[in-house]
Amino acid sequence: MDWQIIIDTLPKFLEGTVLTIQITVISVAIGLVLALPLALLRLSSNPLLWAPVYGFVFFFRGTPLLVQLFLIYYGSGQFRDSFEAAGLWFLFRDPWFCGVLALTLNTAAYTSEILRGGILAVPHGEIEAGRATGMSGLLLYRRIILPKAVRLAFPAYTNEVIFLLQATSLVSLITLMDITGVAARTAARSFDYYELYLTAAAFYLVIVLGLQYIFKRFEWRVSGHLRARPEDRPGAAAAPAQGPAPR
Amino acid sequence: MLQGLKVTLLAGVTSMVVAILLGLLGAWAKLSGSKPARLAAEAYTTVIRAIPELVLMLLVYYGMTQLTQDLVRGLSESFKDFRLNLDPFTAGVLTLGFIYGAFTTEVFRGAFLAVQKGQLEAAVACGMGRALMVRRVLLPQMMRYALPGLGNVWMVLIKATALMSVIQLPELVRNAEIAAGATRMPFTFYFAVALLFLCITAVSMLGLQGAERWANRGVRR
Repeated sequence: MDWQIIIDTLPKFLEGTVLTIQITVISVAIGLVLALPLALLRLSSNPLLWAPVYGFVFFFRGTPLLVQLFLIYYGSGQFRDSFEAAGLWFLFRDPWFCGVLALTLNTAAYTSEILRGGILAVPHGEIEAGRATGMSGLLLYRRIILPKAVRLAFPAYTNEVIFLLQATSLVSLITLMDITGVAARTAARSFDYYELYLTAAAFYLVIVLGLQYIFKRFEWRVSGHLRARPEDRPGAAAAPAQGPAPR
Repeated sequence: MLQGLKVTLLAGVTSMVVAILLGLLGAWAKLSGSKPARLAAEAYTTVIRAIPELVLMLLVYYGMTQLTQDLVRGLSESFKDFRLNLDPFTAGVLTLGFIYGAFTTEVFRGAFLAVQKGQLEAAVACGMGRALMVRRVLLPQMMRYALPGLGNVWMVLIKATALMSVIQLPELVRNAEIAAGATRMPFTFYFAVALLFLCITAVSMLGLQGAERWANRGVRR
């Protein structure tokens, strides 16, 4: 094990970490914004609305992300003339833009399905109760359905975020220097393959475990009203009631 | 392209077999009474699921060969010329099998817990031995619960075989890459690959539905 090369490459790895996190955050944010309207369109009963979304989701969930990435980054080269005519070539020439575009569309497709599942899982009784109190349309969605659906979909969504974070490693294949890119580029020069890839793996491990911890804490915080009260928990009853503690 | 399709499917199926075997082993370790086995299985599933497939693929293909070479050469002077060559197919299948073994472990663990205890007690009461009980009572019922989960793993796994193009295995994506370079029509070729993957997904979905119906043939609805 050659520790020196790991220490020498650490600054570059940190830069790579920044890029990895930056790409993840941007794709997740835009993907989430796109996913909500997609999920609602997918739930519409009008085939002109749900069919295109169905096709979009089927394509992005049914093909490897790697192929989507290559399709956008390399594939756009085939239409270079028309992109140049439209003034968009500077975007599709840029690996960063293509990477973020592919990841965003991919996560939008997956997230819309997760949200759809959440919306469908909202109990009928709650919707009927909302209607009975005179809510309809937007108000019903805003006050009753969406808050409940978001809470139901949250655990699945955290998994999607973690998958997307790991999927950003693919952008190293279109020349970006994220964590994986740094490891691959340095290893190609120094041949210290296992040292560098193990370091990259350790970086991902720390980020993912940290993220999982944050999500778990967050879920615990927002589910306060669903937890048993301390005095209801078994064993707590044995403790003598002392009334409010003096402040 | 068709050649690539064959390699992709072969690699996918082989990885799936490895993953299922590892999953059964992992689930058995997780549910076993031995603490070291439980901890090892827990560490395996946690660590593997936190590291990107691409990094593991590169680590196994480039790193592991080098690491074992260095280790073996360090053992003794007589191994000075030891070389380990892992071909892309073996490395890719081992990596994907190893990664998705962590996912199937969870699937099998859940499925095992879903089988009612009374069923196993009844088997013991009938005088079945351990092996017979596992074969006749436990596995058929576990499969019923495990199939949807295994189906999901398969869908993700077959798409992950695309990563094997990175270690130069001539599967679908790699062949498209070569063809795209030769003809300068990258979009056409990558799009064709995408369509082929869609076909695989669609056929798998139908196949899984059939398999689930078959596994649930004894269930009253």
